[in-house]
Amino acid sequence: MSLLLNKISFKPTEEYHLNDISLRFDSGKMYTILGRTLSGKTTLLKTIAGLQTPDSGSINFDDTDFLSIPVWKRNVAMVYQQFINYPHLNVRDNIAFPLKQRKMDENLIESEVQEAMEKVGLIGFESRKIQELSGGQQQRVALARSLAKKAKILLLDEPLVNLDYKLREGLREEFKKLFNVSDESNSILIYASTDPLEAMQLNGDIIVIDEGKILQSGTAKDVFENPATAKVAEITNDPAMNINKCLIQDNSLIMNDSVQIQIPDQLKSIPNGKYLVGIRATDIYLDDQGFAFDLEISEISGSETFLHLRNNNLKCVATIEEVKTYNTNEVVKINFDKSKIYLFEESGELRHSPYQ
Amino acid sequence: MPKLYTFLKYFFVVLWACFVIAPFLWAISTSFKDFNSVTGGATYIPWLQFEPTLDGWSVLFKPGSQGGINIIGPYFNSIFVTLTASLISIVLGTLAAYALSRYTFKAGIVKNNDITFFFISQRIMPPVVLSIPFFIFLSSLGLLDSLAGLILVYIVLLMPIAVWIMVDFFNRVPREIDETALIDGCNPFQAFFKVVLPNSVPGMLVAGLFCIIFGWIDFFFAFILTFTKVQLLPVKIVALNSSITPWWSLSAAALVSVAPLIIVAFIVERYLSKGNLSGALK
Repeated sequence: MSLLLNKISFKPTEEYHLNDISLRFDSGKMYTILGRTLSGKTTLLKTIAGLQTPDSGSINFDDTDFLSIPVWKRNVAMVYQQFINYPHLNVRDNIAFPLKQRKMDENLIESEVQEAMEKVGLIGFESRKIQELSGGQQQRVALARSLAKKAKILLLDEPLVNLDYKLREGLREEFKKLFNVSDESNSILIYASTDPLEAMQLNGDIIVIDEGKILQSGTAKDVFENPATAKVAEITNDPAMNINKCLIQDNSLIMNDSVQIQIPDQLKSIPNGKYLVGIRATDIYLDDQGFAFDLEISEISGSETFLHLRNNNLKCVATIEEVKTYNTNEVVKINFDKSKIYLFEESGELRHSPYQ
Repeated sequence: MPKLYTFLKYFFVVLWACFVIAPFLWAISTSFKDFNSVTGGATYIPWLQFEPTLDGWSVLFKPGSQGGINIIGPYFNSIFVTLTASLISIVLGTLAAYALSRYTFKAGIVKNNDITFFFISQRIMPPVVLSIPFFIFLSSLGLLDSLAGLILVYIVLLMPIAVWIMVDFFNRVPREIDETALIDGCNPFQAFFKVVLPNSVPGMLVAGLFCIIFGWIDFFFAFILTFTKVQLLPVKIVALNSSITPWWSLSAAALVSVAPLIIVAFIVERYLSKGNLSGALK
């Protein structure tokens, strides 16, 4: 069974929310839609669920025309970024709601609900009111409700984004386990996220979307190593990959008047001309003999420090693998790991990847 | 500083409570007085300062032949008309408000907000403007001086209030709740009745409270559209007025007519704080 999206477009205003999207989702697999806020992720999920009708295009699932089936008969499940539950029902009734709606046998409902609550770790909370639960627990209820349905298509719209760090980490691990279990039930899992790290960790197929258009799709490894365009490279890295204009001339790679490096071996065959150079924040390191940059901001993130650097018109973010405090406007000397440099055409397409 | 704040807070609450309660105490004591006790200067404490009597109260329940006004009939008329009109207004208003909140309507230049405004605009007009149209309207329907006619008119007056309050309420209920219900297998009607409606009780109670208050206190239309067969409480009470203003029975009538509102307010207030949508959305 597979879900086929064919040339889906949706343009409610001047801008496209979905622009000519064609995708194939196979059952038993997991997909991550990676894109920034307002890139069209939610619209895409809502279109699959049936909450939104596209202007053009077709959706087929299991050889039936999905667009002709109303939402309430599509048998999909969706978990929202906000914790959406039914506030007038307790935890058990919330999870049982879709099953009761389907007029399932009472005993069967009871066992399905029990099973779903076990999966998400809500045993003991059966008769609690939704308002009495913490955010993480509320999201577990929403998740349990979608699991109990055993829907053929499970849509998760940034389900972890409103949770605090610790809960997010915990639930993500559970998600991975759940997904592996769900694989047996042959459902399609589509997970929307803005977080590249999360997408990589979930390790499904990644679909990169921006301004309603699909930029690239492929395995996590493939998208990470060979981003199709500079835009993809920005979206799939956190902090975003540093993309800067550069000039290749006479065996040197010139970023600006003072930042010029000798062309690395793997780029020797590239003809002279204007390009975009892409360097991951993690491929920049401190070096006393390196280039002098002014520090604009430094942020400490867990065990790393992000340095926002500037050299005239050249800006970049570097990740330093230690916690260090810096003064603003301090001069920091850095260098680039030349073997990890990406090169993109001026139009944005990938010209050379170090993993090629 | 916080201490001063607390003090001021309680000070003003107590002050306000005095403002609200004082007229009631005054009315209660006056209702047990007779002509001499009322005109003899300010007195407050029964038995010590004046001799209490039930004359003021008995006038309200005596038939006209014995010099009373017998408010029992009009009292139940008022309750019936107000409750029926409020109930119908809430039902229709809630349905209309849900549609206005969730669906997009467009007819030429008229859009959702214009329709909502159209409802509210009914309340902008001074009632006098509506009196003649209503009179002609009801007389052509043969509904002058009838409970049904009054209920019709009150629905026109009360439904805008219900629509107004409920549109605002539904706009604050996240759409995602409806959408989740649809995804979970409800058709749009089931989504409304099984999910949205049970969570809208607080809003409906507020709307109901306002409808009951505005319906109950109306004098103008009750006065114009009824004559002899059907009378409502506010109109009947006016019949008390004669050459000597009977402050004692007016006080008693005032207490009797305000009692239902106080009861309703206490009941509704208890439920208002209970229901909330905090569990729906972070």
